[in-house]
Amino acid sequence: MTIATAGPSSPRQLAWARRRRSAARFSRQLLSDRAGVAGLAVLVFFVVVALAAPLLVSASELSATAGRGNPDLAPPSAEFPLGTDEIGRSVLAQLIWGARISLFIGVVATLVAVVIGSTVGVTAGFVGGRTERLLMAVDDWFLVIPFLPLAIVLAAVLGSSATTLAVVIGVTSWAGSGRLLRAQVLSVKERLFIERSRALGASGWHIVTRHVLPHTAPLILANAILTVPGAILAESTLAFLGFGDRLQPSWGKMLEGALSSGALTVGAWWYYWPPGLCIVAVVLAFTVVGRALERILDPRLVDRPMSR
Amino acid sequence: MNARYLARRFVSAFGMLAFVLVFNFFLFRIVDSDPLAKYRGRVLTAERRQEIIEKFGLDGSKWTQFVRYVRQTLRLDFGYSTDSGRRVWAVITEALPNTLWLVGLSTVITVALGLWIGAKAGWRRGSRFDKTSTGASMVLYAMPEFWLGMLLLVFFGARTGWFPVGGVRDLTRDLSGFAAVVDRLHHLFLPALTLVLAYLGSYSLIMRSSILETVREDYLTVARAKGLRDDEVMRRHAVPNALLPSVSLIAIGFGFVVGGAITTETVFSYPGLGLATSDAIKNNDLAMLQALFFLSSTALIVANLAADLLYGYLDPRIRRADG
Repeated sequence: MTIATAGPSSPRQLAWARRRRSAARFSRQLLSDRAGVAGLAVLVFFVVVALAAPLLVSASELSATAGRGNPDLAPPSAEFPLGTDEIGRSVLAQLIWGARISLFIGVVATLVAVVIGSTVGVTAGFVGGRTERLLMAVDDWFLVIPFLPLAIVLAAVLGSSATTLAVVIGVTSWAGSGRLLRAQVLSVKERLFIERSRALGASGWHIVTRHVLPHTAPLILANAILTVPGAILAESTLAFLGFGDRLQPSWGKMLEGALSSGALTVGAWWYYWPPGLCIVAVVLAFTVVGRALERILDPRLVDRPMSR
Repeated sequence: MNARYLARRFVSAFGMLAFVLVFNFFLFRIVDSDPLAKYRGRVLTAERRQEIIEKFGLDGSKWTQFVRYVRQTLRLDFGYSTDSGRRVWAVITEALPNTLWLVGLSTVITVALGLWIGAKAGWRRGSRFDKTSTGASMVLYAMPEFWLGMLLLVFFGARTGWFPVGGVRDLTRDLSGFAAVVDRLHHLFLPALTLVLAYLGSYSLIMRSSILETVREDYLTVARAKGLRDDEVMRRHAVPNALLPSVSLIAIGFGFVVGGAITTETVFSYPGLGLATSDAIKNNDLAMLQALFFLSSTALIVANLAADLLYGYLDPRIRRADG
């Protein structure tokens, strides 16, 4: 092999060079998408706030006694930039910690959903036969059963700590990804390189991990990012209905507090506007970034306004 | 429609329903090992304890309980609320009409309006109408529907007093006839508006992409070549074909409305199944939640079955093939 000395031509080096090139192309395309960049900026802002929450506000501000001595439902002031809630706690402090809880649950729920959805989808698509029919029947069930009532009964029985809520949301929202992944695997499976690999004696495991998964990975990523907004909305809904910890409030939990404390009738706008605006901003940002990714990964999708 | 298609749809619907039954029992009687947790810590005589266990159907082996549970559920007997001790079915029949009015009315309006907006936006892709409606749909989609409801309540209820902030009718006055109907609609307006705005986007976006897929079809070129006017091509050829895929999606969308009704009724203290659900969550009333889950799942399974049958009826490709 005299050519090998002429340049980076070991298979590994070639593969890395190719990955670097496509990563560079990918980030260039993402950065040229204006909506995508705006969404990304919003996401970075909220992620930084969520990670830095302990540095910005002490966790003790959330305790039930933190508001003792403060005025209840007081409008914004120098001391409380976003006013206080019905027990005198700072709304801004809750908003900052709420970012942490809402994003944590959204992301963990998405991971659970994507792992279940990909496993089911890839297995069904690749194995086929009776396994596929069984898995798709389960998938169908989860698609048809209304999401919120199912999540409610699960959370009512299993408990409603942040982690449990995340798992409940993940378990109830994987069905769409499962279906999507199966379709993708079915089309990848027919490609020539799979047949070649099989002819060379590759095992099913080898084909799935080395050929099928790399070919579906971009779709899994875009799908995951589009699952997060749904998961964040689901968390806010469950929190609003009473699940979750009042002393570790997410944005949805804050809105429950605003409704049940009568903040709406006394016009305490500083209590019910900020959490809602934060939810809308994060959900829109994830949707916009997910769509930008989809457009880059699959140019045929340009016409699709959004996937639900 | 051929018999095999029909049979498959029915078998699948019954399978799903059976699985809901099993799942419900499994979740509430096996995963949840102590359904009477709320009685724990109270001093009860042995007799009273036995009485409670029998009232909630927790005596006998798990298998006996399961058989009894299935039999009772099929007779729409959901036992007693673990919170109030009332019959679950009585609570549900009281709340059901209110929810049916709310969900029914808002679904009809949302579907009609959503499909119209979607068709118009898709047909004039890139126009100002398209950009505005697609943008608005995305913002409304990103809003939790209960927050939207809270804002509507503040602006059109609490602040201006144009609409009542809760309930289903004015309890202070004894109205009858036409005045009573107007009063009901007055109370229904804000919750219905919330649901319409919250779910308009999903229908219009479905219809929009559905229209976009038909735009390049040959039969539209043919229709244009025949010399039909543009709006005739849209109304007579594009829309009917684009409606097809929307049929099954409408059934799925209905599932979101069922969920949306839960939070919306909570915001407006509208005494339907949704408010019953959030009350049951707050009181940890598991018997009630179990029944509500069973009913909403059944409603969705039936809606999907209906959509499948309608789809099969409307689409000759499915009517003839064995789908």
